[in-house]
Amino acid sequence: MRDTVTAPVISARGLNLTFQTNDGPVHALKDVSLDIAKGEFVSFIGPSGCGKTTFLRVIADLEQPTGGEITVNGMSPDAARKSRAYGYVFQAAGLYPWRTIAGNVKLPLEIMGFSHAEQQARVEKVLELVELSGFARKFPWQLSGGMQQRASIARALAFDADILLMDEPFGALDEIVRDRLNEQLLELWARTEKTIGFVTHSIPEAVYLSTKIVVMSPRPGRITDIIDSPLPRERPLDIRDSPEFIKIAHRVREGLRAGHLDD
Amino acid sequence: MRNIIPVLAVTAALIALWYAAVVPMNAQWAQDQARRAGTDLTLPALIADTMSQQRPRLPAPHQVAQELWNSTVVEEMTGRRGFMNTGSLSNRSLVYHGWVTLSATLLGFAIGSGLGIALAVGIVHNRAMDASVMPWAIASQTIPILAIAPMIIVVLNAIGITGLIPKAIISTYLSFFPVVVGMVKGLRAPDAMQLDLMKTYSASGPQVFSKLRWPSAMPYLFASLKVAIAAALVGAIVAELPTGAVAGLGARLLSGSYYGQTVQIWSALFAAAILAASMVALIGVIQRATLRRMGMAA
Repeated sequence: MRDTVTAPVISARGLNLTFQTNDGPVHALKDVSLDIAKGEFVSFIGPSGCGKTTFLRVIADLEQPTGGEITVNGMSPDAARKSRAYGYVFQAAGLYPWRTIAGNVKLPLEIMGFSHAEQQARVEKVLELVELSGFARKFPWQLSGGMQQRASIARALAFDADILLMDEPFGALDEIVRDRLNEQLLELWARTEKTIGFVTHSIPEAVYLSTKIVVMSPRPGRITDIIDSPLPRERPLDIRDSPEFIKIAHRVREGLRAGHLDD
Repeated sequence: MRNIIPVLAVTAALIALWYAAVVPMNAQWAQDQARRAGTDLTLPALIADTMSQQRPRLPAPHQVAQELWNSTVVEEMTGRRGFMNTGSLSNRSLVYHGWVTLSATLLGFAIGSGLGIALAVGIVHNRAMDASVMPWAIASQTIPILAIAPMIIVVLNAIGITGLIPKAIISTYLSFFPVVVGMVKGLRAPDAMQLDLMKTYSASGPQVFSKLRWPSAMPYLFASLKVAIAAALVGAIVAELPTGAVAGLGARLLSGSYYGQTVQIWSALFAAAILAASMVALIGVIQRATLRRMGMAA
């Protein structure tokens, strides 16, 4: 029997994905192997076209790999998706303009057939978790961009999946809002003990948030470095001025540069 | 309220232009009449005459307004066959004829919108329908309605269907098209990200439709319904023309042209325009109420 405590939540072995385009095949992922353990916060960082989003989408069964193996919670991504193993947060909040914030958070619960009372309770719980309790009856356009993105995180959390996949969720927000949301995300991660996969462009964001940083490079999309962060789980914002932080950030930058030297 | 002034200004300008056209259009007849009677017309007398002829080439606005008033309110209130005297609408009133046309319009509009929505749903969800239905729908609209309307009426008459239904079918023929086009666009409005989100929830096809595609299509639906209801009215009127219909706004237009009753023709035209404008406005009201309730006040 497998040891469910130490078995990785997400495990990829020699993953390949080639898109057939009009300009010939594009190697989005080449020989990607990675294990993500339960409760880890893993960031994927790299330039455009390095396959970081594609990899997240393969985990979520939104893209089909053309080679290699991947399991999520010990199952195929397809089975994991159907057993509602993960919540996905996209780059844009993508809230439905015709639903209130509470209505948006309720959407996955309605689709998954939760009872009315259960829906209500869960919506209240997750809105409190992202500090939007007072905004349940507002419509999306009445909220700022940062608040909308928090609502979309609440929506991904509502059905209590163990895995949270986030594709550049704060990419479109300004730096000040982003700092605040990063702090909140860490608090939320600590409280919910979820496994998080997080795609980003930003080195400080990746280093600040992650227990593991996966550095990727393009053409073909591949992993060039995997950094296990020595930073403690408790991270005040000013940890970013500490020598350890700067050292990791430096290593990430080196990894990104090495990927580019091949061009 | 600020935009009522430009509207009034444009209306006033159009009416002034209309009055200005009335004099030269009808002057010939007035002068012929005067010559036959052996009298001379002064300019003020000529102008007065052009504004008050029985069968002018171009009736003056107040004549049309007068006829509209007489053939609706006056006819129904005081006419021998009017509503007040008989308890049913007079067949000489535009209220009666308007209702005959309106009932066919509404029936055709209901069938047409239903058909349009159904076709759009099919086109969006079925690859074969996507490839095959749209060209036919477009082709159907290139056939002049005046050419096909008599055929439909004759064919249906041959199998014993007469009255309201054939007219409604011609209304349907014109009104389904804008709904198909609008709803195909609307049901395809959700972007790839929103569809991906539904996939991450493992949502079923009907769930994607009811929770995402249908609400996304609402603004498109109302826009196309406005076009459709105006088209449905045109269809109902056209359907009355080639068949010698005895009731309806189309019949009024036809009998007006037989007997040279230009005032009657113009008042029927205005009745049709007022009817169309009110129906479009009504859909506009429903649209605003619905979208506001959905939080998408436009």
